[in-house]
Amino acid sequence: MLRVENLVKSFDGERRRRRAAATGATDRVFAVNDVSFTVPEGDMFTLLGPSGCGKTTTLRSIAGLERPDSGTIEVGGRALFRSLEGQRVLSVSANERGLGMVFQSYAIWPHMSVFDNVAFPLQVRRRGQRPSKREIGERVGRVLATMELDALAGRQATKLSGGQQQRLALARALVIEPPLLLLDEPLSNLDAKLRESLRYELKRLQRELGITSVYVTHDQTEALVLSSSVAVMRDGNIIQLGKPREIYQKPNSRFVAEFIGTSNFIPAKVEARDGERYTVNALDGPLALNSTADIAVGADVIVSIRPEAVEVGTVPRTGEALNEWKGTVLTRAFLGEAVDHVVRVGEREIRARGNPSVSIRPGTDVFVRLDPDQLSLVPVD
Amino acid sequence: MSTASPVVTANRSAPLTPRRRWWPTPKLIIIIAVAGAIGYLALVPLYYLLWGTFFDASGFTLGGFATAYGDSRIGSLIGNSLWFAAGSAVLSLVVGTSLAYLNVRTDVPFKALFFAASIIPLIIPGILYTISWIFLASPDIGLINKALEPVFGPAAVDIFTIWGMIWVEGLHLSPIVFLLMVAAFRSMDPSLEESALMCGASRLQVFRKITVPLTRPAIVAAVLVMAVRSLESFEVPALLGLQNGIYVFTSRIYFVLRSYPPDLAAAGALALGLLVLAVLGVAISNLVGRAGKSFQTVTGKGFRPRPMELGKWRPVMGAAIVCYFLLTVAAPLVVLLYTSLLKFYQAPSMAALRSMSLDNYVELLGLSQAATALRNSLFLGVATATLVMAVMAIAAWITVRSRIPGRQLIDQFAFVPLVIPGLVLGLALSFVYLRSPIPIYGTIFILLIAYVTRYMPYGMRYSVTSMQQIATELEESAQVSGASWWQTFRRVLLPLLAPGLLAGWIYILVVSFRELSSSILLYSPGNEVLSILIFEQYENGQFTVLAALGVVMVLTLVVLVTVAYKLGAKVGLREN
Repeated sequence: MLRVENLVKSFDGERRRRRAAATGATDRVFAVNDVSFTVPEGDMFTLLGPSGCGKTTTLRSIAGLERPDSGTIEVGGRALFRSLEGQRVLSVSANERGLGMVFQSYAIWPHMSVFDNVAFPLQVRRRGQRPSKREIGERVGRVLATMELDALAGRQATKLSGGQQQRLALARALVIEPPLLLLDEPLSNLDAKLRESLRYELKRLQRELGITSVYVTHDQTEALVLSSSVAVMRDGNIIQLGKPREIYQKPNSRFVAEFIGTSNFIPAKVEARDGERYTVNALDGPLALNSTADIAVGADVIVSIRPEAVEVGTVPRTGEALNEWKGTVLTRAFLGEAVDHVVRVGEREIRARGNPSVSIRPGTDVFVRLDPDQLSLVPVD
Repeated sequence: MSTASPVVTANRSAPLTPRRRWWPTPKLIIIIAVAGAIGYLALVPLYYLLWGTFFDASGFTLGGFATAYGDSRIGSLIGNSLWFAAGSAVLSLVVGTSLAYLNVRTDVPFKALFFAASIIPLIIPGILYTISWIFLASPDIGLINKALEPVFGPAAVDIFTIWGMIWVEGLHLSPIVFLLMVAAFRSMDPSLEESALMCGASRLQVFRKITVPLTRPAIVAAVLVMAVRSLESFEVPALLGLQNGIYVFTSRIYFVLRSYPPDLAAAGALALGLLVLAVLGVAISNLVGRAGKSFQTVTGKGFRPRPMELGKWRPVMGAAIVCYFLLTVAAPLVVLLYTSLLKFYQAPSMAALRSMSLDNYVELLGLSQAATALRNSLFLGVATATLVMAVMAIAAWITVRSRIPGRQLIDQFAFVPLVIPGLVLGLALSFVYLRSPIPIYGTIFILLIAYVTRYMPYGMRYSVTSMQQIATELEESAQVSGASWWQTFRRVLLPLLAPGLLAGWIYILVVSFRELSSSILLYSPGNEVLSILIFEQYENGQFTVLAALGVVMVLTLVVLVTVAYKLGAKVGLREN
């Protein structure tokens, strides 16, 4: 549906702007540096990353608001941007791409009513393609009803609440029934409670309409809840691309593991390998785990594990003592829906998160167990 | 509650301190002095203006109105005034807005020229600007006419017409519109335009349906403010209009006062008419401004939008920018410099170039008036700027921070002079101090009072804006640390306010330095300022000496502003 290939976008660096062409040296900052991905029909694809990672520039390049240096952008087989040997050969302007977009600020036009905001994309079409007044009325009415805004059609757009404005922006983007919907941090301007409810609302709508979407956010929970697949970006590159569960449970780098949730990082050395079954030697004993990463025997690695995949108990598991270490509880913290224990194992501190019914007094000797399926191997940076 | 009451009574029954006599604190004295000064400066001239217009030796009279408005030419006077004001406002709006849009939203070349074109005309005083245009486009001696003569015959353009007046005033105002509209375009969330693009609208549709409606409040306000400023303008109508008897309010007031015997009541009646028009304009623009507030929207993360590519229009627009720069900045300055080097004004030729010398500057050195005028202008500029900013800093504290009842009144009084045209203020002050026993009339201090009154609103605006940017906590923590009000003000607020106050100080210095319309009615021999001296020399036909004086004046301003900015950099004033 959407295909982005080798997208590159650079800006003038600060240095060049100041000391102009005197030195002649180019100082380019690469906002997007060779990014490629495809989004299948009906999917919700998320670009996730910290600010300045290039996610918004990528989205704006797809929208046509930013002109890339090189690369290819295609939507539904129609080329929107193409370059050949670094030269632009095709660049469809933003107003002719026919895509829908929701801006971070919603960009609701304050001088128009709710109805006029939504009718605008239909009204500005070229004569000949422009629907009749009656049809515009019907189509706007239909999309407003989907968004449950039909009762507010005549109202001034600025008189809406935050959540209503967000739905209005969505209605305006959807009224032309675009092949692709672009969402630029659409929830970041809302307060926490509203954000949570709209998150599910957005997911439901996207499913029901089956519209292919690209979603930009820096909020990892949003990305995990909403997406069919997630691309984690840093410094203009996609670091990891995968299903939300893969990204969360099997981060391929320390950056991804740290950016999404909290993790325990344990330095280790690969001791043996049998296909995807690895045995590594950590400071406090051997660990068995499964990983798709390709790392040679003898290499230094970091083992990453989520706190909720660490189990704490006062008695050792009967039978095999695989991935089980002895330690002492240092501190515990009651979080409401969970209890965190920080356990000292040798020189190391390991954080475990578990059911609030299990609460162990600090100073108690315990056993920590690391689930082999939830351990992931991360190369040393 | 039952346990609380005995405690209270116990406290009350044991007097810890004897009841002291009430004594005004320094804070109260300062506040009362500032409020009193502002009220006096704003209201007394208006009162005397009314009194001088409606009362003569025999009591209440409408004689002034009868003479002023019974005149058969009153129709054309009002017509000319409105036409001149509307024409200049529209011209400045069209030029200023197009330039602002090109600068903010497109990839137009020569963006550096915009800065020069928007700042330099603010430094060139209106009187010099007008005289430069006389040198350029007068039917007899104008350089443009000389250049066009072979093609279009003699006197192709005539600056001494209402069109000439509109042209000069409109161009001189256009940088202000440019600055206002740049701010308006910048403060608009760019995603409002981008989302329209995403909806399939063409650039033209975006401009018509989104950009213009959204900036309409700013546009309307700019038009009204410029119209009011043109109405109040004195230099252009006096130098260009009087020649052919094209009168507007300001030039008519001046004419009435300069004829013998001066009819003060009639001048007052005209001044009141002008005042009413100015108040109307300002009131409407305030209303529009308030309505515009509802348009303010949440702005996103301020992604700089990709500038619109002009494509094949880029060279055309570039040429237009260069033309604008040449017309508004280069031509007036160059013609002034050129004239200042000549023995008598003439079109450029080999003979003219050969006769060039610094004689005019030498003559200036020998002219005692010139030295006096420069000294007076410097004194007035520095004194006005310092006084205004010092008083307005305290006034701003009163209106922004204090809880004193009636503090809004101080704010409103401080803005009253904004609607009083300079010439009207001059007239009003002469009414006041001709009758006052205080021997101020005929001294330089009456000019100081006039300037302080005129520029009070600007000082207030600068101070209030910077005061609002300082968090209340900073002040409160000083109080909690045990500082008195005055210590807090001096040690915490003033240093934080310094950049804003200094910016205001520079602005007021520049505008006082070139003030003409109030001074023209208030100066007396020996108390001339530079602009008055230039005006006199123009009337005497001493064009070349005048041009030399003009060059000196512009250079002085440039030096003053540069030094002030350099000093400002030390206290953390950011240039923007």
